[in-house]
Amino acid sequence: MTAPAIELRHISKAFGPVQANKDISLSVAPRTIHGIVGENGAGKSTLMSILYGFYRADHGEILINGKPTEIPNSQAAIAAGIGMVHQHFKLVQNFSVLENVILGAEDDLLLKPSLKKARSLLEQLAEEYELRVDPDALIEDLSVGHQQRVEILKALYRRANVLILDEPTGVLTPAEADHLFRILSSLRDEGKTVILITHKLREIMAITDTVSVMRRGEMTATVRTVDTNPQHLAELMVGRSVLLRLEKKPAQPGRTVLNVRNLSVSDGRGVECVKNISLSVRSGEILGIAGVSGNGQTELLQVLGGLTPGTGQVDIDGSELPLTGPGSDARARRETGIAHVPEDRQQLGLIMDFMAWENMAFGYQHDDRCRRGPFLMNVNSMQDYCLENMQKFDVRPMSIEALAKNFSGGNQQKIVLAREIDRNPVLLVVGQPTRGVDVGAIEFIHQQILDLRDAGTAILLISVELDEILSLSDRVVVLFDGRIAGERITAETNEAELGLLMAGVTDASAPDKAANSA
Amino acid sequence: MDLLIVVQLLDSMLRLSAPLLFACLAGLYSERAGIFDIGLEGKMLASAFFSAAFAASTGSVWIGMCAGLTASVLLALVHGVASITFRGNQLISGVAINFLASGLTALVGQNWFKLGGRTPSLAGDARFLPVELPFASAVADVPVLGPIYSELLSGHTVLVYVGLLAVPATWWILFRTRFGLRLRAVGENPEAVDTGGISVARLRYQATLICGLLCGLGGAYLATGMAAGFIKDMTAGKGFMALAALIFAKWRPGYALYACLLFGLLEAIAIRYQSIEIQGVGTVPVQFMQALPYILTIIILAGFVGKAIPPRAGGEPYVKEL
Repeated sequence: MTAPAIELRHISKAFGPVQANKDISLSVAPRTIHGIVGENGAGKSTLMSILYGFYRADHGEILINGKPTEIPNSQAAIAAGIGMVHQHFKLVQNFSVLENVILGAEDDLLLKPSLKKARSLLEQLAEEYELRVDPDALIEDLSVGHQQRVEILKALYRRANVLILDEPTGVLTPAEADHLFRILSSLRDEGKTVILITHKLREIMAITDTVSVMRRGEMTATVRTVDTNPQHLAELMVGRSVLLRLEKKPAQPGRTVLNVRNLSVSDGRGVECVKNISLSVRSGEILGIAGVSGNGQTELLQVLGGLTPGTGQVDIDGSELPLTGPGSDARARRETGIAHVPEDRQQLGLIMDFMAWENMAFGYQHDDRCRRGPFLMNVNSMQDYCLENMQKFDVRPMSIEALAKNFSGGNQQKIVLAREIDRNPVLLVVGQPTRGVDVGAIEFIHQQILDLRDAGTAILLISVELDEILSLSDRVVVLFDGRIAGERITAETNEAELGLLMAGVTDASAPDKAANSA
Repeated sequence: MDLLIVVQLLDSMLRLSAPLLFACLAGLYSERAGIFDIGLEGKMLASAFFSAAFAASTGSVWIGMCAGLTASVLLALVHGVASITFRGNQLISGVAINFLASGLTALVGQNWFKLGGRTPSLAGDARFLPVELPFASAVADVPVLGPIYSELLSGHTVLVYVGLLAVPATWWILFRTRFGLRLRAVGENPEAVDTGGISVARLRYQATLICGLLCGLGGAYLATGMAAGFIKDMTAGKGFMALAALIFAKWRPGYALYACLLFGLLEAIAIRYQSIEIQGVGTVPVQFMQALPYILTIIILAGFVGKAIPPRAGGEPYVKEL
């Protein structure tokens, strides 16, 4: 039997009081694709960072091809044949592809020979693995999918035998993800070993040979992929049984709440991001907006939330909303009954250095229960109210004085959601409700959104996670390049069809079809 | 305007822009590596003082220059320690260095020479003397090209030539060498450098050191080349002008040369034409002429010269995280 490509023995790592990795042992066979799944904060990234020399383990040893190896820094990891594609790419935006590939691995004091060598190697790799990128293009001009290929090329240029990919598909379209998987398969077939970190069970099932599950810093299981199924993996991740498919009652759509006609929105630089779109949402219905991020979803959300001006017509319950000038601000929107859960909760939803009870009141600080006369806050009432909401939403730790930044992603999102849902809005616009949220909290948040729908609120759900769109929404609109690429009834469509629409393959008859069947 | 006046104007432009050029290139190395440095002024001032003081005491301009370089490099290291090792605020550290240099030079100068913060006037070997380029006097009488060669190009101190040569050298280092590639990368995205297995701190220290050396040359030239001794606060905002020139130049060496020459030219005009008569308007006061370079600085810094994109990681201490 050949020695494992990577073997970790009893790795432990603590950050202060937090034990990120507890006595982890892992063995990765050569020429395999090995998946590592786990919730956010389970310690996957920490473990891989130890392997890549970004952190040093407190205890334990690393064996590469059977030999004990010290990896004190990234240089040593690279020398040991380990390459890593980080979740957030580590590329220099205004450098060319070639410059990025050689950065840190130059042969000489002068650049010319290295650039030449990299150019010919890149041509060769492009042939071998479908890894085609223009070597002279600047990174900032490349799509995310291509940028990711540059990261893989960087690792291969450094002669990596083991390639670690951290959440590689988060930013990709389904088609791009499929392409990535083809690349990874051919890398494996050429003798490389791939470690894939993800929280998407579907990907694990689709591409890996073996899968390891992590929970709260511990390695809970390692199984062959053929011997398991998503439900089982989810239970291993969370430690209890999880509903992957939500119990969803049929929608009872009522009156039209939101009616958008010919809406266009330009961003700060004057580039039109939302181009003349029309859609409507009825009460008791969830309309999902699917699309690869950056196709106008953010701007649509912001114009409805009162953060950006737009042109066109937007009606709420039959009365027109001002899209520019007075009355188009976020406060006015809230007073109209529109609740807004922004895509980026850390930037727009919360003030990270403020306490939970303060965050629970933001946007509604003018409400009577938050005020005492025209100038003072009613701190007692705000705190009581916060506690009440935290109980209702099971926010942990249930401490109203904890700073927003000290909550986990899921609990931060629960605070925002509790704040916005509690006012019984007529329309909830919600962006990426479960981005960076762990499986257990996802289930809870999804249930809250469905309950709100069943109580008669109209919901506009924007998400880049197709799974989320498919399991929550009643109808789906796909945005591509600021336009509606197609509209479907959720029950009558599937991932493949939506994936095509997300990639901009439109069929002109789509809206009619949806309208007829509705 | 005859040729001779133009040549003389351009000649003093070269002379006056040299210290700016040194400071500007110094800032370029530092900022390209992601360390904002508003302490250029202070480093130049410290170098100006120590080079003049040591040149006056020892009678050797070279010893003086070494002392100046040392002072400037030490201040650069202070900035490095504050902003790289301790991840402090780079603006505050820079301001502190400016104050420190301004106060320290005056205090030490007064204690040392008892001349109200000045150093004694330098003469002979204690100063950088003009270098006569070969055949300068022989070709002086050739029409047009003669004066350009002998008046404009010849007859500067060696540091002016060093400064001019530093421009192509900087370009070559930045865009043709491994060090340059890494330096530019660390100012744009230090994570890319770190994950590539290269020390971000080491690269940034190297950049700060180069910055200190160049500021030191600028200061030494100011006190022992352009002038004959140190006067209190003699840099007079040149470090800030150099920063403006750097922004104007969009952090590129070639443009930096043009920007500094422009500032030099404005100064040269202000010195030569103390007052200008404009028909129907009257006399432009001398103060206005002297203020011109500073006005230009404000205009540039206020962003009236189009979009200049600074290095993306500039001013941010690098904290390793995922």
